[in-house]
Amino acid sequence: MSMTTTTAPQTAAEAELAVQARQAPVRSQGYWAGVWKRLRRDPVTIACALILLLMFLAIVFAPLLAPHDPYQGSMLRRLRAIGTPGYLLGTDELGRDMLTRLLYGGRLSWFMGIVPVAIAFVVGTVLGVLAGYAGGKVNMAIMRVTDVFYAFPSVLLAVAISGALGAGILNAILALTLVFIPPIIRVAESVTTGVRSLDFVDAARASGAGAFTVVRVHVLGNVLGPIFIYATSLISVSMILASGLSFLGLGTKPPEPEWGLMLNTLRTAIYVQPWVAVLPGACIFVTSICFNLLSDGLRQAMDVKG
Amino acid sequence: MIRYLIRRVLYAVPIALAVGFVCFMLVQIAPGDPINAIVPPDAPGDVVEQVRREYGLDKPLPVQFGIWLMKVAQGDLGRSLATGRTVWSDLSTAIGNTLLLAAAAALLGFALGCILGGLAGTFRGSLLDRVAVGTAVAGVSVPHYWLGMVLVVIFSVQLNWLPAMGAGPGGSADWSWDWEQVKHLILPAVTLSVIPMGIVTRTVRGIVAEIMNQEFVVALRGKGLTRRGVFLHVVKNAAPNALAVMGLQLGYLMGGSILVETVFSWPGTGLLLNNAIFQRDLPVLQGTILVLAMFFVALNLVVDLMQTALDPRIRRA
Repeated sequence: MSMTTTTAPQTAAEAELAVQARQAPVRSQGYWAGVWKRLRRDPVTIACALILLLMFLAIVFAPLLAPHDPYQGSMLRRLRAIGTPGYLLGTDELGRDMLTRLLYGGRLSWFMGIVPVAIAFVVGTVLGVLAGYAGGKVNMAIMRVTDVFYAFPSVLLAVAISGALGAGILNAILALTLVFIPPIIRVAESVTTGVRSLDFVDAARASGAGAFTVVRVHVLGNVLGPIFIYATSLISVSMILASGLSFLGLGTKPPEPEWGLMLNTLRTAIYVQPWVAVLPGACIFVTSICFNLLSDGLRQAMDVKG
Repeated sequence: MIRYLIRRVLYAVPIALAVGFVCFMLVQIAPGDPINAIVPPDAPGDVVEQVRREYGLDKPLPVQFGIWLMKVAQGDLGRSLATGRTVWSDLSTAIGNTLLLAAAAALLGFALGCILGGLAGTFRGSLLDRVAVGTAVAGVSVPHYWLGMVLVVIFSVQLNWLPAMGAGPGGSADWSWDWEQVKHLILPAVTLSVIPMGIVTRTVRGIVAEIMNQEFVVALRGKGLTRRGVFLHVVKNAAPNALAVMGLQLGYLMGGSILVETVFSWPGTGLLLNNAIFQRDLPVLQGTILVLAMFFVALNLVVDLMQTALDPRIRRA
């Protein structure tokens, strides 16, 4: 899924998810073994997972790997080319080492990209399952509020909220979280409504189980998979949007290294060192496309349609 | 049918009101006294008090919303703090520019997406299919603001073929189809078109593949209909859903062009928003978001009605 489909009515996809949930796969003991078997035969997904793992390790161990200080620049060595001895990927407009800044910059970019989806996953699942299971007025109230947020294009909503709140990492995360909650609610509601009408849920209720028990034991296990897969497909969009907000000056502030912000401050350098200037964007691209392909691969391996 | 039409139009009213409320709240959630969002910081005290009464800022929130709504309904979006001009005067020219850019990007993205998606759906599993799917994934995964920079590096800095910024001498208000104007449009439009290209490719591929699997296609082939004849049948079946997705994409392009407009200094709503954010010009921010969101609500409505009208299989009562 993409930046723009996040809030697009994924009617086809959602409908399929609902159908899939209605057919509630009978998961044998070997479900995860089967998933792993299918994953192993999918070289693209494995490659993406490995690239992401390497990037993750690189940014976590940035202090050990980085050859220079991310904040320490020098006017004497501004905008060196890629391949300069000692500065493998060149230097930025203030003479700071690009490789170092990219390693440190990934920390905030990843953080700002993943955290909103993670929070939205929890909040959206709770509200969506509640709406789908309770039905009636509760469903009505939750889903109509969701409709209102769907009436905004996602980029516009993110810019509007963080623009009004003002620049800052927390504000950007808050804005992105609000953008991603409605689509997750829709998916969660649709799969829960599908599962709720199944016989085993009726049987559980008839045998005297309370609503909480039914949801915890019988519903969640069947809806979490599809919702989780959908959420992972949002990470790619979230990375692009989070860096985009920083690119607009709405996320983190200089001199903090962050890929989107680095891309912004290097914009004037495209006439001097064009290939150094576009490096942070390449990092965003690689991360985003790997998350997208990984999500597609997981969807197939876990046999979730949509 | 008529019933559905009326109900769908009526349903848009509370949505539009709620969207208005969200836009109204934008100024409320902004840090500081909302009065500072309406009058310039150097305004004398009695002017501040007068504006406070005029906007009802001394009254409870629902009343304030009512007053604001009445003003908006009369076309009064307030005044820019930075320029002192009415918000609408700046916004009206900016919308024209954004519409031009979005329309060009949509045309390009939709055409490419339909061709790629159609071919991929028809020849599923072929090399062509894999190329199309790969292009689509790249299209939706690429940070388009970065793609814009890369295109500028290649076509403006290195080759010096196309301009890197601006909308040309006339802008959309004084648009003419000569090269001097069109060459300003090329890079931003190509940059903005990659997302709809990716999404339309995916959607059309899915729709076409599903139709190709249906029995009537086999039957048409079996009775010896030409390839062209079968093609027309498939198009007719795929059109309503594909058009609906494309209609919404146009809305996303209008609302999502802010990053691309910033990269190319394209004088549209995105650049207006960007400047408003920088100068904390909340009336401009609020007005622009409101107008773009209302456009999107209207577009949603039109797409829904069009889909119902086009597709006799959808029976809505």
